[in-house]
Amino acid sequence: MKYIKILWNGILKENPTFVLLLGMCPTLGTTSSAINGMSMGLATMAVLIFSNLIISCIKSLVPDMVRIPSYIVVIASLVTALQMFMQAFTPEVYKTLGLFIPLIVVNCIILGRAEAFAAKRGPVESIFDGIGIGLGFTIALTLLGGIRELLGTGKLFDVTIYSENYGMLLFVLAPGAFIALGYLIAIVKKTAKI
Amino acid sequence: MKKLPSTLPNMLCVLTLISVIAAGALAYVNTITQGPIEENKARTLTEGINTVLGVSDAQVQNTTEAEDANGNPVILYATDKGVAVQAIDPNGFGGKLKVLVGFDDAGAIKGYTVLEHAETPGLGAKANFWFQKGEKGDIIGKNPGDAKYANSGLTVSKDGGDVDAITASTITSRAFLRAVNVAFHAYAGASATDGQTGASPQIHN
Amino acid sequence: MAYLLIFFSAIFVNNIVFSQFLGICPFLGVSKKVDTALGMSAAVAFVLTIATIVTYLIQILLVKYQLEYLQTIAFILVIAALVQMVEIILKKVSPALYQALGVFLPLITTNCAILGVAILVAQNTYNAQGLEPNLLTGVVFAVSTALGFGLALTIFAAIREQLAMMDVPKGMQGMPIALVVAGLLAMAFMGFGGVDNGLAKVFGLL
Repeated sequence: MKYIKILWNGILKENPTFVLLLGMCPTLGTTSSAINGMSMGLATMAVLIFSNLIISCIKSLVPDMVRIPSYIVVIASLVTALQMFMQAFTPEVYKTLGLFIPLIVVNCIILGRAEAFAAKRGPVESIFDGIGIGLGFTIALTLLGGIRELLGTGKLFDVTIYSENYGMLLFVLAPGAFIALGYLIAIVKKTAKI
Repeated sequence: MKKLPSTLPNMLCVLTLISVIAAGALAYVNTITQGPIEENKARTLTEGINTVLGVSDAQVQNTTEAEDANGNPVILYATDKGVAVQAIDPNGFGGKLKVLVGFDDAGAIKGYTVLEHAETPGLGAKANFWFQKGEKGDIIGKNPGDAKYANSGLTVSKDGGDVDAITASTITSRAFLRAVNVAFHAYAGASATDGQTGASPQIHN
Repeated sequence: MAYLLIFFSAIFVNNIVFSQFLGICPFLGVSKKVDTALGMSAAVAFVLTIATIVTYLIQILLVKYQLEYLQTIAFILVIAALVQMVEIILKKVSPALYQALGVFLPLITTNCAILGVAILVAQNTYNAQGLEPNLLTGVVFAVSTALGFGLALTIFAAIREQLAMMDVPKGMQGMPIALVVAGLLAMAFMGFGGVDNGLAKVFGLL
């Protein structure tokens, strides 16, 4: 029960995109389609789970004053490992996400969770927090990507819903990212009453 | 467990230890992923060459690297089924546009693929199918060595050429055609020195 | 002339915030007042320029010893250390400047614009407008990018100052309306699209 609560907390109550408003760069930069948003969300989730786990394991070994640099080293190594694995096994995804993969290092969500959760709790809880927050981020990115893709190109997950000729290309471009996210946050806040 | 106190030796030890473990782990990951990464690169290249030549089993026999008139790299892949040329135009809408173009023995375009671009997603990115056979801007089968292209190569209709530009993306279309022309010059230059093919010799660069 | 083109294109055409989506966190977070926006921009410009130079040199070392895979980890550590150093030096050398920039400096480590530009310059994947990418073009690119960030941040802050006095529907208050405004600004910046090609022609580079 406790774990389900942690999961739920990450997906809704502390949703990184809609509530905490963290990690905005990848949120806007990689959501030109639903599938791109989802890949970015999953990549971040992978790093988040492992960083939470490792940091919660080593937390008592790290002196307070060098806490942040140590965490950054752990996160940066995980991101680099992920980058190499993606380059090796999912080169297409790696190519689309490009610069935003190494930039997962500076995604405030990861360091934020390390500080706020993993540095205080046990490993199992931290893993669940990683999954929860990661899912929340993935859902938000997929949703935003889906909306932009549908409005912009008339497709959803590459399946044509209506003719591309009626699409508002603006939503695939940079301004559409800001505008779609603005309205999405307003709608989510209103419906979820957060 | 109690936290380690923040004394200087403690801090130094922990930071060094973490860095060493991290570097070691990464070195290990690097060794296991290096193979697949190389394979991927090679596979992408062979697949690209096969697509632009319209075959499935082209064997690269000879790779030549050169530079075009502006100092951008051009790579020629001579295969048993024709020649594929990789060329770059640095002035697309968002930056570099890299294409791979296949030519038959007479110098006519057999196929092309856009390898890299920084164009507006959704608009400029259309280049990958707009100029294919049967599409609006079809360039397949055109021979940039023909006399009518002698002055400026393939150009969009706005510039007096006979290729339809992508709707609302003239700059991308121009960059694309410039890259194709560069590829052709490299191809024609190489085959003129080899004397193998009948590609048109009167190239104006 | 090509340097001028790098400068112009990094500020207006490929604005780091509006078309590259880097540095969005400070862009949304520190843009409620023009004063703080200016302070943040100055701090970013300062750190970005130094970080680009240092990481460029580190990249040379990494390539030399075939350790390119340590790029991310090395860069982020260098940037974090650099920010600390800048903070300490500023405090000693120019307390006035420290007063102005001090609060922003710790925030900069996690500004993805810094790491992003450092990686772009180290891998030579930015548009050097036909010049051979080297340290000088890299620095010109970094400075212009920082100016572009400052411009975006300051304009946005000025609009948000006005916006705070407006009657905004309840659901749209705060971040949603700010994001929509940012979207409209991004649209305005899209108007610069392709201008760099025109300028290149004027300068005789094409």
